Amino acid sequence: MSVLEIRGLQVSVDTENGAVDILKGVDLTIKSGETHAIMGPNGSGKSTLAYSIAGHPKYTIKGGSVTLDGADVLEMTVDERAKAGLFLAMQYPVEVPGVSVSNFLRTAATALRGEAPKLRTWAAEVKEAMEALNMDPSFATRNVNEGFSGGEKKRHEIMQLELLKPKMAILDETDSGLDVDALRIVSEGVNRAKANNDLGVLLITHYTRILKYIKPDFVHVFANGHIVEEGGPDLADKLEANGYADYVSK
Amino acid sequence: MSVLTTNYLTPTGREEAWRFTPLKRLRGLHDGSARVEARNSLVIKGQLPAGVSFGRENLDALAASDDVIIERVRGENRDVAHLSIAADVELSDAVFLTRNGGSLDSAELSRVRITLGAHAKATVVFENIGETLLAEDLEIFLAPGSSLNFVSLQEFDAKSVYTARHHAVVDKDATFKSINVTVGGDVVRILPTVEFIAPGASAELLGVYFATAGQFFEHRMHVDHAVPHAKSRVNYKGALAGQDAHTVWIGDVLIRAVAEGTDTYELNRNLLLSNGARADSVPNLEIETGEIVGAGHASTTGRFDDEQLFYLMSRGISLENARRLVVRGFFSEIINEIGNEEVQERLMSRIDGELEKAGA
Repeated sequence: MSVLEIRGLQVSVDTENGAVDILKGVDLTIKSGETHAIMGPNGSGKSTLAYSIAGHPKYTIKGGSVTLDGADVLEMTVDERAKAGLFLAMQYPVEVPGVSVSNFLRTAATALRGEAPKLRTWAAEVKEAMEALNMDPSFATRNVNEGFSGGEKKRHEIMQLELLKPKMAILDETDSGLDVDALRIVSEGVNRAKANNDLGVLLITHYTRILKYIKPDFVHVFANGHIVEEGGPDLADKLEANGYADYVSK
Repeated sequence: MSVLTTNYLTPTGREEAWRFTPLKRLRGLHDGSARVEARNSLVIKGQLPAGVSFGRENLDALAASDDVIIERVRGENRDVAHLSIAADVELSDAVFLTRNGGSLDSAELSRVRITLGAHAKATVVFENIGETLLAEDLEIFLAPGSSLNFVSLQEFDAKSVYTARHHAVVDKDATFKSINVTVGGDVVRILPTVEFIAPGASAELLGVYFATAGQFFEHRMHVDHAVPHAKSRVNYKGALAGQDAHTVWIGDVLIRAVAEGTDTYELNRNLLLSNGARADSVPNLEIETGEIVGAGHASTTGRFDDEQLFYLMSRGISLENARRLVVRGFFSEIINEIGNEEVQERLMSRIDGELEKAGA
């Protein structure tokens, strides 16, 4: 049983015009097996929350804490956070020219498991993960995210989620840019990871449609850098009907 | 042994062709003060396949050169190491040549010729190794319809100085591909030059270089489109790390008035891995006719992409390994063109080593 605890988190981002405060005190607790949806309008700071937890250098922590099972996440380097069990599925996964998917996955698995996976079982593991996400075998030989379609990038992120087996996953707008079929396939991948690894999920989304596939236990409404309302799955239905107008004007 | 006479104009560093080169570190190659020794260091590795010969001959130069050091080499040495691949011979395995001797106290003035007969097809790999002071006039002739993959690996020891012109004369419908890999030496200056003499010829000049503290590597292309309907591609990638690592890439492409239907593109990308390093990159396209298929160039110099490193590290990969992956990826596009896995892996390990040495 793992617990990710976010307390009073304040974050600013460096821009050309100096630092701008984005997160203004975020409190959130996620336990293994739970799925928390964070919903909110564009520009509310949802992605900042995701990237600050993962340790992106662009963001500066101004206050508050993030711990995973009591360990101070904010003190860790980016790779240490991954080793501690955190995973961020990115909205815009980055191209890495000249580095093949299979090389990348094996290097990551080696780093996270502390030893190189055995070649034969690893090949089978990757094949299974790719088949489960309806990915062509040729995918493994392509360069990381280079020339991938939007859907391929998202499948690749979820394939990593399944292979790398983190304790806590932050999914940053994984649903954006996916058609209905791809959304279903990707969601099934997340649900498998939940079922197999008792994964805790922080699901960041703008729209409610992914919540039909990945059922949240808690819904948090995010606006202006903090959580403004919390509830169960029914809160998503309310948002579906009324939008974010009530929260933005507050 | 003899001392070079100084009949040639000694470069001063003010000439366009010499303005980047640290003349003082050439150990007297440029001004004739180097003591000359006939070392004949170039040797064949392994057995020669059928249809291939290698020996020393008295040959005239294929093409004039305006490089002072090349003029000195030609003035001093009539003895040309000649690798000849007969017409219609298609080699499945690469021919390897290597160096069996060197010295920093005396200079070797080497002349080399590679000849491909009509419709011959081959890969030739030069392994330039050891500690040496070496000036080389290397000329390559591709007869009609022939195809050569020429790989020149500069894996010299740290103090070596190598200045060379690799000049290819490409006849009708012949295909020349050169891959220069420069990772070792104190000063390496190579002039990869191409002269098309009939339509349908094509040349691809590829290269990678990795300079660490104090090293100077210069690659100065010249592609002469003097006939119609020839095609050229240039793609050089470099990395630099450490104080006073200095690389120079010059891409001179000339499209003469008669060269209608020319198709050319050149690209140079540099990755600066630390402060204190300097990459000079000068594409230079001269176009005397508008009736061409295409002509372009691009040059970029940048640092590690933080987003790439973040992405890799967010998957548990350490900063050190993430950098190694990015650098390997950067070079792999060209290294993989060599087509010999053993050589490719050796070079990648060398590049890992350079990166580690530089602590970048």
